Amino acid sequence: MSEKSEKSEKSEQNRLSVFKTYKLYVGGKFPRSESGRVYEVTSSKGEWLANAPQSSRKDARDAVVAARKAFGGWAGKTAYNRGQVLYRVAEMLEGRREQFVREVADAEGLSKSKAAAQVDAAIDRWVWYAGWTDKIAQIAGGANPVAGPYFNLSSPEPTGVVAVVAPQESSFLGLVSVVAPVIATGNTAVVIASEAAPLPALSLGEVLATSDLPGGVVNVLSGRTAEITAPLAAHQDVNALDLCGADEVLAKELEVAAADNLKRVVRPQPVDWSADQGTHRLTAFLETKTVWHPTGSLGASGSAY
Amino acid sequence: MADKTETLNNPFEYAPAPESRSVVDIAPSYGLFIDGEFTEAADGKVFKTVSPATEEVLSEVAQAGAADVDRAVKAARKAFVKWSALPGAERAKYLFRIARIIQERSRELAVLETLDNGKPIKETRDADLPLVAAHFFYYAGWADKLDHAGYGANPQPLGVAGQVIPWNFPLLMLAWKIAPALATGNTVVLKPAETTPLSALFFADICRQAGLPKGVVNILPGYGDTGAAIVAHDDVNKVAFTGSTAVGKEIARTVAGTDKKLTLELGGKGANIVFDDAPIDQAVEGIVSGIFFNQGQVCCAGSRLLVQESVQDELLDSLKRRLGTLRLGDPLDKNTDIGAINSAEQLARITALAETGEAEGAERWSAPCELPTSGYWFAPTLFTNVTQAHTVARDEIFGPVLSVLTFRTPEEAVAKANNSQYGLSAGIWTEKGSRILAVADRLRAGVVWANTFNKFDPTSPFGGYKESGFGREGGRHGLEAYLDV
Amino acid sequence: MPTTAHATASATASAFADATASDSALRRFLHGLPGVDAVGLEARAAALGTRSIKTTAKAYAIDLAISMIDLTTLEGADTPGKVRALGAKAVHPDPSDRTTPRTAAVCVYPDMVATAKEAVAGSGVKVASVATAFPAGRAALDVKLADVRDAVAAGADEIDMVIDRGAFLAGRYLKVYDEIRAVKEASGTARLKVIFETGELSTYDNIRRASWLGMMAGADFIKTSTGKVGVNATPANTLLMLEAVRDFKQQTGVQIGVKPAGGIRTSKDAVKFLVLVNETAGADWLDNHWFRFGASSLLNDLLMQRQKLATGRYSGPDYVTVD
Repeated sequence: MSEKSEKSEKSEQNRLSVFKTYKLYVGGKFPRSESGRVYEVTSSKGEWLANAPQSSRKDARDAVVAARKAFGGWAGKTAYNRGQVLYRVAEMLEGRREQFVREVADAEGLSKSKAAAQVDAAIDRWVWYAGWTDKIAQIAGGANPVAGPYFNLSSPEPTGVVAVVAPQESSFLGLVSVVAPVIATGNTAVVIASEAAPLPALSLGEVLATSDLPGGVVNVLSGRTAEITAPLAAHQDVNALDLCGADEVLAKELEVAAADNLKRVVRPQPVDWSADQGTHRLTAFLETKTVWHPTGSLGASGSAY
Repeated sequence: MADKTETLNNPFEYAPAPESRSVVDIAPSYGLFIDGEFTEAADGKVFKTVSPATEEVLSEVAQAGAADVDRAVKAARKAFVKWSALPGAERAKYLFRIARIIQERSRELAVLETLDNGKPIKETRDADLPLVAAHFFYYAGWADKLDHAGYGANPQPLGVAGQVIPWNFPLLMLAWKIAPALATGNTVVLKPAETTPLSALFFADICRQAGLPKGVVNILPGYGDTGAAIVAHDDVNKVAFTGSTAVGKEIARTVAGTDKKLTLELGGKGANIVFDDAPIDQAVEGIVSGIFFNQGQVCCAGSRLLVQESVQDELLDSLKRRLGTLRLGDPLDKNTDIGAINSAEQLARITALAETGEAEGAERWSAPCELPTSGYWFAPTLFTNVTQAHTVARDEIFGPVLSVLTFRTPEEAVAKANNSQYGLSAGIWTEKGSRILAVADRLRAGVVWANTFNKFDPTSPFGGYKESGFGREGGRHGLEAYLDV
Repeated sequence: MPTTAHATASATASAFADATASDSALRRFLHGLPGVDAVGLEARAAALGTRSIKTTAKAYAIDLAISMIDLTTLEGADTPGKVRALGAKAVHPDPSDRTTPRTAAVCVYPDMVATAKEAVAGSGVKVASVATAFPAGRAALDVKLADVRDAVAAGADEIDMVIDRGAFLAGRYLKVYDEIRAVKEASGTARLKVIFETGELSTYDNIRRASWLGMMAGADFIKTSTGKVGVNATPANTLLMLEAVRDFKQQTGVQIGVKPAGGIRTSKDAVKFLVLVNETAGADWLDNHWFRFGASSLLNDLLMQRQKLATGRYSGPDYVTVD
């Protein structure tokens, strides 16, 4: 075990602080890894921060089951309602701002003010995506003027269960920027937290649990990225993969595995998390459904005598 | 004379009404089309293409190998510089030219396609060719409007697009691939299917007539290995494939870890759901067009009929009666409804799957019709007493074979329809508007036809959910596959 | 083929006794028929319209079409002279070619029946008379029945009645039904064609309901229109009625004829209608006992096409007789 951080003791004067046991967030509950394993999470300076659950293949499988179970209900909610729920998440985040600032500062080795800027941007991003839920269909779909007596309408629909490999570096702003767009459109997510900096992600689970978000819509796993993602990429009941936090070698392996059931794959690419994110991550996990309806005339009418 | 009635058997026999073959002039041999020129394959390989209706050899076609692929990609890369830099309005005019030349030559191309593919002239003339021209016309108009397409300002092309297309709609699939690629400023290397290379080579000639700059379009006939070489080529930026799910997965593995953008349009096992309040006569027509259009060799075919149990007998009686009127035979005859199966291999596959259906206990019924003695033919067939567990209810047959299943409630219909690895198309037949919307909403399929089936339009995005592939072709959505966005 | 028209009509009536027991029962029955999707119906009719009918098939179709014509004059200006000319033409459509089939019938107003009867006497050409206050049908039932009896008394072989579209559109189906039954009774041995005026019924659902209503009430033929409104026979409404007679026969064993009327002017059109008959109702209907065209100018076009087939050169209007 590495050297214990004295930070908490100092900041709380002479009172012995209460450590937090970080747990997974799966199906709306906070289980430990079924394997019973944990791994040490340290700050960027190498100080021990906490023991995080080291998820197993079975944890990954359980998370997929939870995500699939939640999919129908979440996708079936009105877009307005999803927006309300997501906005509620932002409200909860705001309330726990200080905690996230501390966790981000520890995880990423940032000053308090820089960490605060990250957290603020993350909360604002969440609000931004909350507003997208009932607008994306209007920009990604619409009526098509087919050459015939048909009304033809294209609508975006969520792809299903998305496995999200969260960015390794940006433990909170990056995380939020990959999770929120996935669920905004009605998908459910299995999120693999940054391997080295999983604590903000695990804390996000606690926020989601108290934000009207149905259990299973977001599932957060911590552990060894390669170990958890391999079964997810091969899982036949996962529909898509955001490889954001996978390195080049892993990303290729996962993309190959994903081909078995033709998952939609977003490859890793450098992202400036502070910049405008555009709609790419929203549309990447949408399917376009086009429905044809006959129209025709109202019928002949009228007499001439 | 006016008085008594002679009761002849079937007195109204339609006399043969063959479309003239003389409108098309097929050369004894064709080369690859690379950098604006027809050329032999580097290794001199050729293959024969036959008419599936007669097994007559139509022509001998150069077979592209890896060296040819490399040459074509280089030509496309070179052409990309100027082509992508052209003002959109200029690219548009080339595409408009192509669209117009296709319209002018459409009878010739329809006959050619019917000869090479085996599908009825009625379909090439009334469906394939009009849609081909319309597709070019539609995307031509996008070329100078990309700023307004919803992909941000000044969206950029990807580069060289490697495209591999199937044999079921040879020229239409070419149009679906080439029109958006060129409109967005990409250049292309396209491989037509080995059993239907001719219309793509005629298209090469149209590119020349249109004055399209050399290297913008390259056509490489060949087999699967040619396609694999295109997909794997390092200097290809975009891969678009229409074909089987198995090959689609292989392609997805090949491009994994690269920067190649990929779109796949693959198999399907479309559910055509008929409720008890359906407009029954139109439903019968929709079932027929759903599974017997193009001999059922359609990825979005309505190959699973899900009929509400309470109207099953009535519907099947009507369907069988209707199938009895289908005219199978010479694809060039204007009255032919069912043409030839595209190849001996495909016929063997259909035959084997149909035998599996029987072996697994489904009840087989085939329309009473005489099959020609030469060529590849399969009578319109349906299987009843089929359950979700039968192979014929799960595997894509890609032939004129319909599996009939029943359901009791809308809930069950949707569950059964979605119980498939595929998710390309579905049909809903009911007179109740709210049910259409509710069922359409729950179906996991990219294209849903309500009270109609197998309708296509260049403005209408097409593509699948799940293992039917990803990406959309057609409409504004179809641009995304060819833009760096 | 049915034994006698009356026996059939009463058998049909009893088969549908429940459905016709009350206005509401009849409404439930008619509204329980499968709906019609207009786009799909029209697409099917158009698709059949692309059949290519050539050489021997065309010759057969042209002669068949000629033999199916109810050669019609229904003008306020009709005179005995006009009707006699029409009768002569029905008997010998092409004076230059005596192998030309006769038309099925001439169709006139009741007051012209006697004249028409005389003009076609001995030829086998039938005389059909419109009746029941044709074309609007806006008269009291006894007036309509008197109209029918008048025509029958004058020798009409066939009666072309109009239904009460007002009652139909108001949902008073039983009134329409009873009226057809009464007219059938008054027609005696004359075959009864029931005109729906499909252009006024407007929707295909209505046309299907009217078709069943007419067949249940004892119609020998169901007929699209009077020829007096904007939209008369169309491939789509005729296809729909052909489906109705096909289904009715399947259900009851009783075969009913179909007569599209109005708007069919060219051979090409007529051949398309025959393709509809062939591929919808089937060969059993390819006979003028079961299918008719209500037309006038169509005949000359058929004759010109017939001459073209015989001689290989295109004919012209000077080589057929004006009506």
